[in-house]
Amino acid sequence: MRQRKASGGIPSKYLLMILSIVCIMLLFFSYSTGFSGGPLETIANHMFIPMQKGIDYIGSSIAVSSADTKTKEELVEENEELRAQVDDLNSTISNMELKIKELSELQELYELDQTYYDYETTGARIIGKGTSNWFNTFIIDKGSKDGIEKNMNVIADGGLVGIVSSVGDGYAVVRAIIDDTSNVSATISSTEDNCIVSGSLENMTSDNLILFSNLDDDEDKVAIGDVIVTSNISDKYLPGLMIGYVSSVNLDENELTKSGTVTPVVDFKHLSDVLVILQQKESYKNE
Amino acid sequence: MSDIKLYIRRVLIIAVVIYVSFLLQVGVFSRLRLAGVTPNILVCIVASYGFMKGRRYGTVIGFFSGLLLDIFSGGIFGTYAMIYMYIGFLNGLFRKQFFGDDLRLPMILIGTSDLIYGIITFLVLFAIRSQHDFYFYLMNIILPEVVYTLVVSIFVYYIILHLNNWVEKLEKKGSDRIGNY
Repeated sequence: MRQRKASGGIPSKYLLMILSIVCIMLLFFSYSTGFSGGPLETIANHMFIPMQKGIDYIGSSIAVSSADTKTKEELVEENEELRAQVDDLNSTISNMELKIKELSELQELYELDQTYYDYETTGARIIGKGTSNWFNTFIIDKGSKDGIEKNMNVIADGGLVGIVSSVGDGYAVVRAIIDDTSNVSATISSTEDNCIVSGSLENMTSDNLILFSNLDDDEDKVAIGDVIVTSNISDKYLPGLMIGYVSSVNLDENELTKSGTVTPVVDFKHLSDVLVILQQKESYKNE
Repeated sequence: MSDIKLYIRRVLIIAVVIYVSFLLQVGVFSRLRLAGVTPNILVCIVASYGFMKGRRYGTVIGFFSGLLLDIFSGGIFGTYAMIYMYIGFLNGLFRKQFFGDDLRLPMILIGTSDLIYGIITFLVLFAIRSQHDFYFYLMNIILPEVVYTLVVSIFVYYIILHLNNWVEKLEKKGSDRIGNY
């Protein structure tokens, strides 16, 4: 009795009980309605995002100054290499231009007008990673103010990075495809067989790989090195975004489907800038 | 009147501590990964306040640090709040055993807290989705995180200890003056 008086307020037992009930209610509410913070997000947005941007700025400027310390010889060498590469690429471009012309002519003939890769994007910086070691989510510095919405696709280095899982005013949380809870409906681009690509913390930490499963490949056509892209039938991911290369294929125990591992094209360990595609799958369907 | 002032000051100081440690965890230490893990500074804060100030502090601080993580993790809202709250409460049970200068008990408690946090996260968020390879997660994620957290927590613990002593001294001074007045 005396102790309670000395500390004042509600005894810890009841406090714990009340807050537990609040937590359980939040859990159910969030699970049923997809609630992710509401007004708390706005407060967090104004308090944390400016500071995180500042920390990110300092961090990136330190990284830049360490890149400045290349010697003159190295730079000259790199320059020569790059020049050779430019010549190489120029010849490929002229080659490709011819092919594109031919393709568009053929498409006109077939009355096809699909521009898969012409998505409008906006660049964003990653300003925070890892609220825990268990999940691969990160925070980017653009939010609903910049037109970002939930379920928008995020790409980098020409490959799929992940999907926006919650949005605040000036920030958005992105769930990477290597996250353990992520599942992407995908297609092997050479055979057009569908499968499901799922992230795996276990395979990611040990071998930098993610998994695919449910691949229906009766004729054993899928080989190591085949490109995996997002499929047309996915309800959240836009079609034709590159995920990675097949690195192993195994027959499942049911002897009907196959599963295996995928090497992602994106280097998730050294990711600092990403592109958010400002178009969603639903609107893509409507067009 | 002075009671409310004291109360507000306490809340503000704790809010700043949580604010800074969250920024450290998400902004700074996520760039300083060792063996692929980042230290869990918020667990240090919650555990330290738990065994320094008692169950009530631990519960409330755990709840709010957890909420913060929930906002920025994009998962189901309330999971971390629940886990951190119970960590704070359990640490609060050890207040009577706590003496400021001895580093052993705080280290054991913080280490155990992080271990419990890891195991609960595994059970609640991974085992439920039929990821049963506990040994792998223990060796590659839970234990490295515990070790890294312990190293960082030596500094975090002393900072919080001194901050706490300073605040208590300040409050004592204030109450003395009121008494004399």
